[in-house]
Amino acid sequence: MNTTTTKKYGDRIFRAITLLFALSILIILLVMTVEMVSESLPSLRKFGWGFITGSDWDAVHGSFAALPYLYGSVVSSILAILLATPLSVGTALFITELAPHKVGAVTASLVELLAAIPSVIYGLWGILVMTPWLQSTVEPFMIEHFGFLPFFRGAPYGVSMLAAVCILMIMIVPIITSITKEVLMAVPSSQKEAAIALGATRWEMIRIAVLPYGRSGILGAVILGLGRAIGETMAVTMVIGNTPQISLSLLSPAYTMPSVIANEFAETTTKLHASALMEIGLILLVVTLIINFMARMLLWSVTRKWKGGVA
Amino acid sequence: MKCKLSIRNLNIHFGDNHAVKNATMEVAENSVTAIIGPSGCGKSTVLRSINRMHDLTPSARVTGAIMLDDTDIYDRSVDPVTIRRRVGMVFQKPNPFPAMSVYDNVVAGYKLNGVLKKGDADEIVESCLKRVALWDEVKDRLRTGAVELSGGQQQRLCIARTIAVKPEVILMDEPASALDPISTLKIEELIEELKSKYTIVIVTHNMQQAARVSDVTAFFYLGELVEIGETRKVFTNPEKKQTEDYITGRFG
Repeated sequence: MNTTTTKKYGDRIFRAITLLFALSILIILLVMTVEMVSESLPSLRKFGWGFITGSDWDAVHGSFAALPYLYGSVVSSILAILLATPLSVGTALFITELAPHKVGAVTASLVELLAAIPSVIYGLWGILVMTPWLQSTVEPFMIEHFGFLPFFRGAPYGVSMLAAVCILMIMIVPIITSITKEVLMAVPSSQKEAAIALGATRWEMIRIAVLPYGRSGILGAVILGLGRAIGETMAVTMVIGNTPQISLSLLSPAYTMPSVIANEFAETTTKLHASALMEIGLILLVVTLIINFMARMLLWSVTRKWKGGVA
Repeated sequence: MKCKLSIRNLNIHFGDNHAVKNATMEVAENSVTAIIGPSGCGKSTVLRSINRMHDLTPSARVTGAIMLDDTDIYDRSVDPVTIRRRVGMVFQKPNPFPAMSVYDNVVAGYKLNGVLKKGDADEIVESCLKRVALWDEVKDRLRTGAVELSGGQQQRLCIARTIAVKPEVILMDEPASALDPISTLKIEELIEELKSKYTIVIVTHNMQQAARVSDVTAFFYLGELVEIGETRKVFTNPEKKQTEDYITGRFG
């Protein structure tokens, strides 16, 4: 009798403590949002919608608009995702379906090692090794052979949107690869056997049984990669050239939202400048939320069709 | 009757485990052969060796010969993919492709052989679904997801998908064990019907089922083929004591 009451008390206390922890997450998010909105108010009041449609950023004259940063973040992240996705899915397929067991295991742990490298080291490598190479080899090649396209016009600076896209691609490949690997390993062998028994080759098995089964999970991995790319600050700041301009050319320097916050927060002179940076942070938060929301909608629409009735 | 499959001195190892010991048996064309035996006796292992499914298991080692007509399917020069197109397989749990519609599931294997014209595909879908007696139940929802069908319907869909590839032999690994009695009955009727065109080898742990559907029954115990013979004879007057003990329910 006595022990049961103690047990009941214990359960209640445990429940209360975990509830408190869970609530604290919600409270932190709320407080942060409220704080960001209130700090952004001066900028929000002064510039209104003009803040995200204009492109003038002038701390001296107190005129702020963030479109170039928004553009830089969205374009660099989306291009990085487009390049990283096939690379990651290919690597994950190699690890799970094609490589001999030991080779696959070694490759998988190497990929995970990549994820553990601090982003400043990627940035350093980017600025010291990759950017000079882009400037001397890749960009002149692009200008010569694809210069008729608006995306490859201008002079080869090295630091550029292209450099940011490359460094982001390298940085998000590990996360997309490891999640995709988990997703592919979860494909039931009954599905693979179904394809094999129909006379499918290994590639055909992957095409008709493995990839369709794992597609929602792979989509989730890609979205997570996108989230990481859009928030990445350090490495991008080091290679993108930090020039607030909107140019179709990938060879031009650009700027992203996290980069401008990191570069300017320490030297804000006016309240309005600080407020404008805070508003950029707010936009970053909203963009991230929209991406997550879209990911959930996509996942939901894919999984709903199956109704979980997978054999 | 013509011999379709001839298994000679078949030995299958998984690492150190000797799962099938020196089995030799023949399967006649257009007949149903049932393989029975207690769990772990190697019956599924034998079945899966007939279309080289063990190729997927790195630790598996198969020796001996399995002749499909005049081809030794384990010969070095033989491509397992061509063997699997001649020897189809139906699994224990229905495994339609969940991301595909009923229609696409039926032609999934057939499409692997090359480009498929729309008119041809329609014809194949209709004739295969009719053969498995599923057409009337699903003809109005060919475009819905395969997983929305019931378990029994899914299994018949999997059989339709298998015969669409036009195999000569169909292997069935306890095809009705995950189904309710009515669906089981339909599958058994279907096996009877399919016999006219295909050679069927079925693994089952249900002895009544073996007695109902098969012409020949093979009894495996501890990896060895104990007895093979005409089903009627094996069930009424078995030669070996072990067989008799098993079919009368004394063990297993």
